[in-house]
Amino acid sequence: MDDHVCAKPDGAVNVLTVRCKGTIGTFSISADIEAGVGVTAIHGPSGAGKSTILRAIAGLWHPLEGYIRVGDNVLLDTQNGINLATKNRRLGVVFQRPLLFPHLSVADNLRFGMSRRETGFDGVVGMLDLGGILDRMPKNLSGGEAQRVALGRAILADPQILLLDEPLTGLDDERRSQVLPYLERLRDETTIPIVYVSHHRDEIMQLADLIFTIEGGTVKQELTPREFELSTLPKIVTRLDSA
Amino acid sequence: MFEHLSDPTIWGIVILSLKVAFLAVLVALPLAIVMGKILAGPAFLGRSLLSAIVHLPLVLPPVVTGYALLIVFGRRGWIGSVLDDWGLGFTFSWVGAALAAGLMAFPLIVRPIRLAFETQSSDLNDMAKTLGAGSFKLFFKVALPLAWPGIIAGAVLGFAKALGEFGATITFVSNIPGETQTLSLAIYTLLQSPRGDGAALTLIAISIVLSFVAILASEWMTTSAQNRMER
Repeated sequence: MDDHVCAKPDGAVNVLTVRCKGTIGTFSISADIEAGVGVTAIHGPSGAGKSTILRAIAGLWHPLEGYIRVGDNVLLDTQNGINLATKNRRLGVVFQRPLLFPHLSVADNLRFGMSRRETGFDGVVGMLDLGGILDRMPKNLSGGEAQRVALGRAILADPQILLLDEPLTGLDDERRSQVLPYLERLRDETTIPIVYVSHHRDEIMQLADLIFTIEGGTVKQELTPREFELSTLPKIVTRLDSA
Repeated sequence: MFEHLSDPTIWGIVILSLKVAFLAVLVALPLAIVMGKILAGPAFLGRSLLSAIVHLPLVLPPVVTGYALLIVFGRRGWIGSVLDDWGLGFTFSWVGAALAAGLMAFPLIVRPIRLAFETQSSDLNDMAKTLGAGSFKLFFKVALPLAWPGIIAGAVLGFAKALGEFGATITFVSNIPGETQTLSLAIYTLLQSPRGDGAALTLIAISIVLSFVAILASEWMTTSAQNRMER
């Protein structure tokens, strides 16, 4: 399996490989992503297929053919008949909606995935400032609090990769600015690689180390944060080109 | 009417009916939860047929269901004859009455439970899977607790049905005072006899109170469960 862990040109170790092709109805998806540690962003307009790629990594969408590897673990290899079940992929996923278990308290939500891990509860609670709300039920949380709990729950599941699917999109500007610092903290204080899907340029510029742009189901470009910042116009140009 | 409230046979009938209804729901409920989950799950060959069989007691004349029970569980029935050899016969016993009541109540218990499973968001299910939950944990820690209001509704509906069951019970286990004569059967018998009106009215009043309490209790349990969960 070691031959898959190839060094990136800048010397960083490649932790994520996603190559897949598939269709949902008549919409076809194709992706070719190689990324290292840190935050890898997938950016594109709504309906471009960003979430589908994330769902492929999570094993919630099955591409026709593909190869997905995180670290040393091959999650999907259609050529060799490998397709790990979602529960065995060691993921932490946060969707646009927090999707907390409504019948469990904040503390029990946080512990839901902890069978894979013994310690770290207090550390994560501290990092995300959840100490004061551990006894509350999800219905008594604000949107920002709920999303922080969802984030904590994902981290406590001891994931080898974190998949964040528009985690701030359901929040208003004020709440978003309340959660964003925690995401930065997460990036800086943990070593878990993060895939961050968003259509918000500002979030991506603030968080990402590497950006893939996607349009019409196809991953188009691989950009550094600097290149991404400069690429405000090309999106419109490529659209005119393809029209 | 109230002089009958001190009559021990009246209370004997009430206690027997409660006993029959409790046993019926106790046995039917776990089966109904499994059935509700199966029927709410992904389609499979024969699911419509299974659903039709489950709902059959709801649409068949109760006497027919009772007769079917006799054929299967009666003294000379396919299963009944075997059980009888072991001294476990259902016929003319209150356990048989519970079997009839449970079978008649089964579709009513399954329905709200199935609905509760069907309306669960698949997103929460997916979320639990990403957190490492296998099917056992998915069922017992997510699906089952979330279906709780539906399970309570099903249990109460089934209990009320079992308490009032008439046709299948009288056909299968007959109308034996002290053994199989439940509320409905006793009311019916009393109404047939010349001076039974008073006692019948007492039983009618008791059955109204019982049904009322059961429904209020389920309302209370369902709303408190929902209040805890809903946004």
